[in-house]
Amino acid sequence: MYAKGLKSLSIASVVAVAAALALVFFYAPLDADQGFVQKIFYVHVPMAIVALFGFVAGGVMAIKHLRSGDRTWDMRSYVAIHLSIILGVGVLATGAIWAKASWGHWWVWDEPVLVSFLVVFLLYCVYYPLRFSIDDPERQARYSSVFAIAAGAFVPLNFAAVRMAESFTHPRVLSQTGGDLPAEMRLTFLACLLAMALLFVTLWKLELTSKNASMQLKRLRAKLLAEADARAAA
Amino acid sequence: MTAIELDGLERRYGERVALAGVSARVEAGQTLAVLGANGAGKTTLLRVLAGLLRPHAGMARVLGAELPAETWKLHGRVGFLGHEPLLYRELSGRENLAYHARLHRLNGSRVEEALAAVGMERRADEPLRELSRGMVQRLAAARAVLHEPPLLLLDEPRAGLDPAAAELLEPLIGRASGRTRVLVTHDVEGALAEADVALGLKGGRQQFAGRPPRAERVRELYR
Amino acid sequence: MIGAAVAILRKDLRLELRTKESVPAMSLFTVTCFVLFHFGLDRDSLDGELAAGVLWVTLLLAAVIGVTRLFAAEREQGGIDGLLLAPVDRTALFLAKGTALFVFLLALELVALPSFGLLLLGPDLRDALPELLLVLLMADLGLAAVGALTAALAAEARARELIVPLLLLPLLVPLLIAASQASEPLLRVSPSTEDLGRWLGLLALYDVVFLLLSIAVFDYLLED
Repeated sequence: MYAKGLKSLSIASVVAVAAALALVFFYAPLDADQGFVQKIFYVHVPMAIVALFGFVAGGVMAIKHLRSGDRTWDMRSYVAIHLSIILGVGVLATGAIWAKASWGHWWVWDEPVLVSFLVVFLLYCVYYPLRFSIDDPERQARYSSVFAIAAGAFVPLNFAAVRMAESFTHPRVLSQTGGDLPAEMRLTFLACLLAMALLFVTLWKLELTSKNASMQLKRLRAKLLAEADARAAA
Repeated sequence: MTAIELDGLERRYGERVALAGVSARVEAGQTLAVLGANGAGKTTLLRVLAGLLRPHAGMARVLGAELPAETWKLHGRVGFLGHEPLLYRELSGRENLAYHARLHRLNGSRVEEALAAVGMERRADEPLRELSRGMVQRLAAARAVLHEPPLLLLDEPRAGLDPAAAELLEPLIGRASGRTRVLVTHDVEGALAEADVALGLKGGRQQFAGRPPRAERVRELYR
Repeated sequence: MIGAAVAILRKDLRLELRTKESVPAMSLFTVTCFVLFHFGLDRDSLDGELAAGVLWVTLLLAAVIGVTRLFAAEREQGGIDGLLLAPVDRTALFLAKGTALFVFLLALELVALPSFGLLLLGPDLRDALPELLLVLLMADLGLAAVGALTAALAAEARARELIVPLLLLPLLVPLLIAASQASEPLLRVSPSTEDLGRWLGLLALYDVVFLLLSIAVFDYLLED
């Protein structure tokens, strides 16, 4: 079910990533202040944006799961959140590298987006222990969905709150994440964003396909065993 | 009126079968005995009939309510006496029953009647943790029938009761109560004597249902 | 539904009065925390930002204790089944538990505020008391809603005591930001109410979002 279109999607992703990388290294101009290191921004910010969309999408899929009772929506929600958490690690790592190179510290509190992301990431890390500490599979799915919805609603609230707080104490420093980028940088940025989004969707579909296949395999195996039991008893 | 109608009822726990192929018919006022070894699914079936667990497949109609779609229709019409007394140990018998009366929107006088019916008027104000197992069980039975439910679901109701107490509870939860009852017990002879319908479970799967069978058939469930 | 919620609330308040489990523990924890901060920061008196931060972080950590114990009576004694079998709207349970937590927090603050004023706060607490109480009330509302939801979410998890703080504290970050930013000018040597409106606004938004959300999803946590 999920494998449909997976091949063309994968090819599109590979092409997009290759094109984006090419733009980053050969097309985008060097930043006057930060030099080569600034190019991390092309990975860091798209990763963050895609991860956040992944979290919110996970919440929306969770709503669909609760309203329909269809467990496939829970699986989709789980994979979306799961991938976003992994991207989240990447966001924090690239953020730290960028911070070190730009300001000399591995972490700065000046950048509200990075700070909010840390809080969001810490919250979503609880998804796994919550999910896997509930034994009943149906209940596990339901409770995970409730969490995904609450956390999804939390994301924008948190960003608003952190931004309000930081703009108070630390003046907004970075123009890189703002709108006044030179045209070449903006094009490169958009290309990276597109590539990251395609990559995310491809990985999402890929993981769902694999999960689906292993579930069907388990079901078939159980069925065969049951039939063998019945024949042995007869 | 048919109180309970089940056809091919199924309930899974992940990939494992908790209940399968359960079909039975119980008319109003009859007693259904559910028999089987530990882990056979008896408690699961009881909880499905109570509306606490939803069926995954098959048909289930209890007191005219289609499960799981109309579970809400069962609320307040089922009396449940399971392993847990569903009472708060730090509160007294009177406080516990008053709480349940309020949940079921009953008059306060019912509490006094219930306490008298189970012989607990004198010790009604002591916290439950100071009472014996038998007394707590009596209060639990009072709680179960406080709202005069047409259907009683009983899981080893006489556990922890001395003969005097068991006799006291007969008009409330026994055949004499006139209510439709589903009885889960390991007292096979006792159950077969009381039952109009008997249902046997083994590993979640129904082995028989209908007129109470002979004792040997029942013993097969425990093998 | 309100009748049922009141019945459940009365039961919970009566249980707490009798067992005295949650509120004394939360209060003792709070005072101990203030002492820890005295030693940890090596300060005799705080004001402004530092005071607001210490007060709110301590209150949130104490709230974790209350949240972890919120469904304890149901788990250990009474069981949720009695409620599920009754003709009661499930939302009534959320309202009751949320209100109970709100009451516990108010009781906690009756101890926490004077202790804070006595042990750590430099300026006089009475100078900005009305505004501070307003901030506390609005924060408690959000705390109660998120706390009740978290308690229910963690109720069936095996490692409950671990999951509650990990789940609750990140969710409370926006509330912490709003509450401490609102309190900071109030706890200065010469208190002012600057920007109070904007932070109360954020608190109100947070409260509304989580109240509505919790009410909407609570049913799904109880059905089977």
